[in-house]
Amino acid sequence: MEDIQKFTFSVYTENNIGILNRLSAIFLKRHFNIESMTVSKSEIDDVHRFIFVVNITKSQSDKLIGQLEKQIEVIRAYSHTEDEIIYQETALFKISSKHLYDEDIQSRLKFKRANIVAITPHYFVIEATGLKDEIDNMHDKLKPYGLLQFVRSGRIAISRPKMAISELLKEYS
Amino acid sequence: MSTETQTVKPTTTSKMVNISGAEAVIKCLLEEGIDLIYGYPGGAIMPVYDELYKYQDKLQHVLTRHEQGATHAAQGYARVTGKVGVAIATSGPGATNLVTGIADAQIDSTPMVCITGQVAKHLLGSDAFQETDIIGISMPVTKWSYQITDASEIPEIMAKAFYIARSGRPGPVLIDITKNAQFEKFDFEYKKCTSVRSYKAIPDINDHAINAAAEIINEAKKPMIVFGQGVILGKAEEEFKALIEKAGIPSAWTILGLSALPTDHPLNVGMVGMHGNYGPNKLTNECDALIAIGMRFDDRVTGNLDFYAKQAKVVHFEIDPAEVDKNVKTDVAVLGDVKETLAKILPKINKNSHSDWMQEFKDYMDIEYDKVIKDDLYPEKEGLTMGEVIKQINEASKGDAIIVSDVGQHQMITCRYAKFNKSKSNVTSGGLGTMGFALPAAIGAKMGQPDREVVAIIGDGSYQMTIQELGTIYQTKIPVKIVVLNNEFLGMVRQWQQLFFDKRYASTEMINPDFVTIAKGYHIEAEQVSKRENLASAVQRMMDSKDAFFLEVCVEKEGNVFPMIPSGASVSDVRLS
Ligand SMILES: Cc1ncc(C[n+]2csc(CCOP(=O)(O)OP(=O)(O)O)c2C)c(N)n1
Ligand SMILES: [Mg+2]
Repeated sequence: MEDIQKFTFSVYTENNIGILNRLSAIFLKRHFNIESMTVSKSEIDDVHRFIFVVNITKSQSDKLIGQLEKQIEVIRAYSHTEDEIIYQETALFKISSKHLYDEDIQSRLKFKRANIVAITPHYFVIEATGLKDEIDNMHDKLKPYGLLQFVRSGRIAISRPKMAISELLKEYS
Repeated sequence: MSTETQTVKPTTTSKMVNISGAEAVIKCLLEEGIDLIYGYPGGAIMPVYDELYKYQDKLQHVLTRHEQGATHAAQGYARVTGKVGVAIATSGPGATNLVTGIADAQIDSTPMVCITGQVAKHLLGSDAFQETDIIGISMPVTKWSYQITDASEIPEIMAKAFYIARSGRPGPVLIDITKNAQFEKFDFEYKKCTSVRSYKAIPDINDHAINAAAEIINEAKKPMIVFGQGVILGKAEEEFKALIEKAGIPSAWTILGLSALPTDHPLNVGMVGMHGNYGPNKLTNECDALIAIGMRFDDRVTGNLDFYAKQAKVVHFEIDPAEVDKNVKTDVAVLGDVKETLAKILPKINKNSHSDWMQEFKDYMDIEYDKVIKDDLYPEKEGLTMGEVIKQINEASKGDAIIVSDVGQHQMITCRYAKFNKSKSNVTSGGLGTMGFALPAAIGAKMGQPDREVVAIIGDGSYQMTIQELGTIYQTKIPVKIVVLNNEFLGMVRQWQQLFFDKRYASTEMINPDFVTIAKGYHIEAEQVSKRENLASAVQRMMDSKDAFFLEVCVEKEGNVFPMIPSGASVSDVRLS
């Protein structure tokens, strides 16, 4: 049996309605659970970039690339292992203001890249950016204060190897 | 109506001032060389139908009796002509009725454009009358789809739809057009689509792959080819034949590759797969090079992958990169259009003949003949067999007919025994196995090749899934020949129940109506045969008829199709009984 690993897929697409459905259907059809997903514009005008994180085997990943690229509006799809990318996630924690001056929270804020981004009489909001484990760790530490709300973004990732989308687009047109 | 190549107008732009979206849709079809479409009207597509009325001298619309029939007719047309088939329907139920045909076209790579009406843009998402999200529903089974909400989008999107449907590995495209876009007026200008920047229709050919493939083929002592529909879709029959003749390689076909190589060709060694021939299945696991050409290693072809051709070097000629290494790991993948890749490899291939190896196929064929074929074609038992009916049709057609088969035992028997001289002559639902495919597909096939005999061979179960298309045949006077092989069972399922479920025949027996009377009700000449001595003359009368003709043959009820690879078994474990 092949090992299951974490793969980060970067999928460059045209900016059209419905493309998300097409892409997610490919994961659905193979019963792959999407661990996280982010959509944004990319470094190229009018080209969107999807980032999917999925735990699958290498051969499943290779086949998935084929199926993703087969979609008419997909310009190119790449899959990367953890060591091939630089990645981050962002989280927001909403906590009751009565804990604002708790020492533990203060020390947590000094640790890592975390900031208070809003303070009101009733609550304050901490924003933290880092690796998934770091955010998880922060979440566990802040949970005892009673999280009024918690949200974490999907992974955003930049690859170490080159992804030559601009060249490709020139070749196509 | 029928020409071998697509008669598409040159890439001049044509213009018209202030026309409606609906008229623009018709103009686009004409620009793409379409003169025949299948469909069914309804509220949300009425503006387009109104234009069809005005343009009926240029564009024939065939009213099928169900939207599923429209898709299968468009598929039948596409399969025998190589052109894009077109089906049109209204929103809601009209659109959902297309889905089976779209899925069938997707898995069997059939070029088709489906046009659906949709509620007006301002009603989208409001659960309006006959609103369904057909784009969402059809997304996983279309090559591409698009919803037009503004008339001005029509020319560009329609051009793109046809380009995508027919280029590269063909497939179905669905264009959903809101009603407001059909009414809106705009200045029409048409430019053919010749590329889409995010889509590479045909991958570049890699010369190293060609050389590596040639080396494997030249060094092989026991090479075997398995070819699929890619040879037909790529119009590469001649290049394919030149290659196998030069290299002297035994060649077996998948169900969709059937007819790309004439049945009588000395290197044609029969069908692979679940009900394929004994030799090619057994020898898949003995060849030293397996050369796959335009096929996709479907599980019905390979059986258990853990025991499939493990000893062989595998070369895969393929247009779709996603198929490479999907099911079977290849040693060399030759990407590209087979018409080009086969032509490129030919000069690098050494002349050869593998007569000892070929003899092994013949020896297996002798065994299969004794154990299976003899009893199928020359039965001594009382009941008529499906095989002898096909043999009789072969004798009458001399192998020149287009044979359209439905799904079940009769399909396997038809594909095993029907004789073909010409490519694009076998029309069947392979990947999806859609019961009900054959009757409407035969209509499309006959309209695509009006000068050729078209014989549909259909099971009693499958027939009743789209039997209403007899109405289309009557109204349109399409002279198709319809043979129902009536075993009063959903025979293929019954066979599995017999072999793997201790003969528990759960819901597979059919109490059937009087099929002859039904056909006559549609004013179609009809006969029934149940005795061997009457078979030949009845088949002859059918073939001689200038009009549509229905022939019911009452065959033995519990006949089985062999050889058979039980599901989950290896191709080596193919059974003869
Ligand atoms: C639409 C659809 N429903 C169910 C099936 C499953 N199925 C495959 S073959 C078969 C029996 C076909 O019966 P018939 O048309 O009488 O052909 P026979 O096998 O008897 O020749 C069935 C039910 C199918 N392929 N398609
Ligand atoms: Mg039957």
